[in-house]
Amino acid sequence: MTIPDINKLTIHETRDLLDSGQVSSVELTKRFIERIDSVDPSVKAFVTVSSDVAIMQAEKADKSISQGKQSYLTGIPIQLKDNLCTKGILTTCSSHMLKDFVPPYDAHVTTKLQESGAVLIGKGNLDEFAMGSSTENSAFYSTRNPWDLERVPGGSSGGPAAAVAAGECLASLGSDTGGSIRQPASMCGVVGMKPTYGLVSRFGLIAFASSLDQIGPITKDVADNANLLNVISGYDQRDSTSIKTPSIDYSQTLDKNLEGFKIGIPVEYFSEGVSVEVEKQTYQAVDILKGLGADIEETTLPHTSYALAVYYIIAPSEASANLSRYDGVKYGFSDDVDGTIWDGFERTRQNGFGEEVKRRIMLGTYALSSGYYDAYYLKAQKVRTIIRNEFSEAFKKFDVLMTPTSPTTAFKLGDKLDDPMAMYLNDIFTIPANIAGIPAISVPAGFQDGLPIGIQFMAGSLQEGKMFKAAYAYEQATEWHKIRPQI
Amino acid sequence: MKNEIKKISEEEVEEIALLTRIAMNKSEISLMAGQMSNILENIDVLNEVFTDDVEPTGHSAEVESVMREDLPDDSLKLEDVMANAPRREGDFIRIRPVLE
Repeated sequence: MTIPDINKLTIHETRDLLDSGQVSSVELTKRFIERIDSVDPSVKAFVTVSSDVAIMQAEKADKSISQGKQSYLTGIPIQLKDNLCTKGILTTCSSHMLKDFVPPYDAHVTTKLQESGAVLIGKGNLDEFAMGSSTENSAFYSTRNPWDLERVPGGSSGGPAAAVAAGECLASLGSDTGGSIRQPASMCGVVGMKPTYGLVSRFGLIAFASSLDQIGPITKDVADNANLLNVISGYDQRDSTSIKTPSIDYSQTLDKNLEGFKIGIPVEYFSEGVSVEVEKQTYQAVDILKGLGADIEETTLPHTSYALAVYYIIAPSEASANLSRYDGVKYGFSDDVDGTIWDGFERTRQNGFGEEVKRRIMLGTYALSSGYYDAYYLKAQKVRTIIRNEFSEAFKKFDVLMTPTSPTTAFKLGDKLDDPMAMYLNDIFTIPANIAGIPAISVPAGFQDGLPIGIQFMAGSLQEGKMFKAAYAYEQATEWHKIRPQI
Repeated sequence: MKNEIKKISEEEVEEIALLTRIAMNKSEISLMAGQMSNILENIDVLNEVFTDDVEPTGHSAEVESVMREDLPDDSLKLEDVMANAPRREGDFIRIRPVLE
């Protein structure tokens, strides 16, 4: 049978096709592999395409469906960012350091997807070790934005966001340390969310900054996103920061009626550097939300501008410790240099890591070194407390806060590569949610010269339901999420 | 980039590089000194914030130490783990000499 435009399908639409027998998971999976073969040479969203595993899982899924034992994801082709461990399948972190690494175990989220019958179609490209905002720091190649192949898809989950936008898979899982799910989702015109810290187990997520990292879904619409979070969230004893909390069916929180719902608009997110069109679309969203019954009020989070500096101390500091494990001894790249074990370490790390990764390890080591710890790391942790408290206060008054996701639309490849600070500024609106550990989602909110714009909804800790409700109501009142790139 | 005043000298970069065990050549050291100085200059804004009475936040979530029973459990298969070792001799990982 012919399936209409697989690149436009959502998971829930595909679910209907599978359940009504209009298509089998094997047929569907083959169609997606063909789609990858035809568009990925130009988009470069994948590091690995796991065709054989995918077909095997699709056959199994078809069996479950024929027995009426399917769940939301049974037979659905999904990609995983290549910093999520997949047993027996290459997991590279888009780094030379791990280019041949085959994990001996699955990440918690990988196991969850498998248990739900999902089909693993491949691994998505990223900035090396998830450090970056454009996917240009991948040691292999830059992913291109499906809306304009001369532009970046954002990052670090640029592969996952581009793959979903280009219709190379039905959904992907990314990781978000300072905006790495939401910023690329915004730039690629898809939905990306970062859950409350601790809601999704980090077991098997290759660590970058452990107090900030969270895994979350990238999908074509909010309903898919909520349903995917249902599958991957929940307590896991293998992550000591995993939260024990009653499970919620997030699909039940989707509600178009915002009568009495309170939304705050923090003025600090409309600062210098925000493009006129991004600001315009965000204010248009305010009008739409008002029309749906929401009470909207401007508010202020005065310490917002310090979040970036806090991030660029905490994230590199934690990264410098996490990445000390790459020594060329137990696994990963190992330089052939003659000499002692020390020569081996130093040359392995010189030639195995890319520039940005080295820069962050250096910064973090400096910030944690004797004599500087109080001035940098401790200071950053204290300002982190102030930022968290500001959010807590705001959520006493508001159900959610709404902001632009990124100050601009996707920029050209190479534009910010030589200026690390300019690159870091891409994440000024997404970083605060990581610092505070709260959930946040980016949804498509229009276009500027054919390039997607995203708006962000942030909610209080474990208030994903409110975040989804606002995002869903806005999405359903607009058509932006239905517009797909011509590729 | 504002590189005139270097917060971090090339000598300091060399010292940090040694701590991180990343070998660097002269041009890498020079570039790193400039870029790190620029980033640290931007981070200095934190000194504007009064934090004398503020407790530090280590984790964004209220995380408590987690304890569990010390019970034996299945471990990974030796072959699966060793398959990633760059230098192997039988069931051992070979390392370079520690002393010259």
